[in-house]
Amino acid sequence: MKLTREEVEHIAELAKIGLTEEEKALFQEQLSAILEYAEMLQRVDTSAIPPTATVLPLRNVMRPDEPHPSLPREDVLANAPQSEDGCFRVKVILES
Amino acid sequence: MDSRKPTGDYEVIIGMEVHAQLDTKSKMFCGCRADVFGAEPNTLVCPVCLGMPGVLPVINRRAVECTIMTGLALNCSIAEFSRFARKNYNYPDLVKGYQISQYELPLCHNGWLEIEADDTTKRVRIERVHLEEDTGKLFHMGTYSLVDYNRSGVPLMEIVSEPDMRSAAEAYAYLTKLRQILRYLGVSSGDMEKGAMRCEVNVSLRPAGTETLGTKVEIKNLNSFRSVKMALEYEIQRQAEILDKGGTVEQVTMGWDEERQRTVVQRSKEFAHDYRYFPEPDLPPLEISREWVAEIRAQLPELPDAKCDRFVAQYGLSVYDATVLSAEREVADYFENCVALYPQAKTVANWISGEIFRRMNEAGLSITEIKVTPQGLAGLLNLVEKGAINLNTARRVFIEMLESGRSAEAIVAEQGLAQMSDIETLERIVDEVLAANPDQVQQYLAGKETVARWLVGQVMKATQGKANPQLVNKSLSEKLQALQRLREDKKSATHL
Repeated sequence: MKLTREEVEHIAELAKIGLTEEEKALFQEQLSAILEYAEMLQRVDTSAIPPTATVLPLRNVMRPDEPHPSLPREDVLANAPQSEDGCFRVKVILES
Repeated sequence: MDSRKPTGDYEVIIGMEVHAQLDTKSKMFCGCRADVFGAEPNTLVCPVCLGMPGVLPVINRRAVECTIMTGLALNCSIAEFSRFARKNYNYPDLVKGYQISQYELPLCHNGWLEIEADDTTKRVRIERVHLEEDTGKLFHMGTYSLVDYNRSGVPLMEIVSEPDMRSAAEAYAYLTKLRQILRYLGVSSGDMEKGAMRCEVNVSLRPAGTETLGTKVEIKNLNSFRSVKMALEYEIQRQAEILDKGGTVEQVTMGWDEERQRTVVQRSKEFAHDYRYFPEPDLPPLEISREWVAEIRAQLPELPDAKCDRFVAQYGLSVYDATVLSAEREVADYFENCVALYPQAKTVANWISGEIFRRMNEAGLSITEIKVTPQGLAGLLNLVEKGAINLNTARRVFIEMLESGRSAEAIVAEQGLAQMSDIETLERIVDEVLAANPDQVQQYLAGKETVARWLVGQVMKATQGKANPQLVNKSLSEKLQALQRLREDKKSATHL
């Protein structure tokens, strides 16, 4: 299965990454190769196998509603490239 | 707005998505405190809700219970098998690049909520109720933005209606009723101004009598019940005008601009969102036993409609009074606790909807915050009932009780406010008042009977309002009539 150029652009848009024309062509090839590899799975007969989201035998793993201490704010912001007034500072976010 | 009515004959189709923050102690998937409103930025976060690599979320059992309880209150089916899903999108308020939500197997589905609007009762079907995590909060600073992740991971319940509402009034009634139920259940404060309840509406118009749905417009950023109503009224009008001119409505997401009182386009939907949902691999699924559901059902409180009906049947209240008293669970409890000690329901209802509500409004307090308890109010009303104090004194004592939180008995005893019912003392005071006001007495005798009321007022004043008004009236009218007879006797004597 070969991805179209538009599909590559759509995926890049969803991942919020900008691609050059060369990169689009490159990833079109690479992503298509990955898909083709995964496509081998389509050849397995799964008609007798129920859809499975997890292979673990676990069910109902829950915890009681008890609060625990949070992290000190210095630790929270320690790795932030930029911070201000106790907040993470990021690039301007355009609303529209 | 008012002068612009829809010109065409359209049917309005409204559906609603409501997000409600759950009042749990801890967050959805970690132990950070969930009551984040007003907290200093980024002080209620940990590696899990910050989306650090290698961490694992664990489901808050109470949040699941709250959601199932809400589903039961909304007449939903509760899933036997449910799981979480990842909703993938990139935005700075979302730490992991995905939100843990639910997709194809929500906790609750296929319910309904009964609403009253435009003088009719109708059922709005509930498509689903599911559980997810809230995102962080952004502050736009012009050339950059700041992010506070305290809200990240707070449990959020999403309640999705079917497109069953047909007017802004119905949408308003739905939202109000939903909030009332959430508050009754104690699962959410439903406080829209604080963002604990958020609402998105979908609205489309179609020519009346046709079946195909028109293009729907989504409206976000609705921060109050009022704005929901205003935005819908505006948007219905806008779409009607486009259709009237033969135009087509564009599928867009709108926001409500509170200042300009109009909807504005937030983003055009050139392509549908592609969230690439898939089952959350970090969370084992939930198998919800019927025993657990039965346990939760047993915890369901009496809901507003049932309570209102019972108030009418059990206490003989009018539907209006019963509706007012059952609107909030705390008020209903207050009423019933008071009636248990002072069994005249109508009197209690009047005091609550009069004096108590006035105080709550003036001071911005809830009924559990005011200093007069149901026991306190019952004590006061019992004093009136026994004739120990009159109604005027009761109102004064009530104000005193609101200030100090002391009992009516204590205030009455300390300030000597007990009603004066001693006949001899009262008659002496009436005599003094009559002697001190000869002009008014003459006016009365000359036929100006309204002066009698003024004289009663003088007696009340002389007793600091404590006199038993019935006895004062009786004594005063006896004495005035005696004076009248005396005067007439004198008249006839001179004629003789």
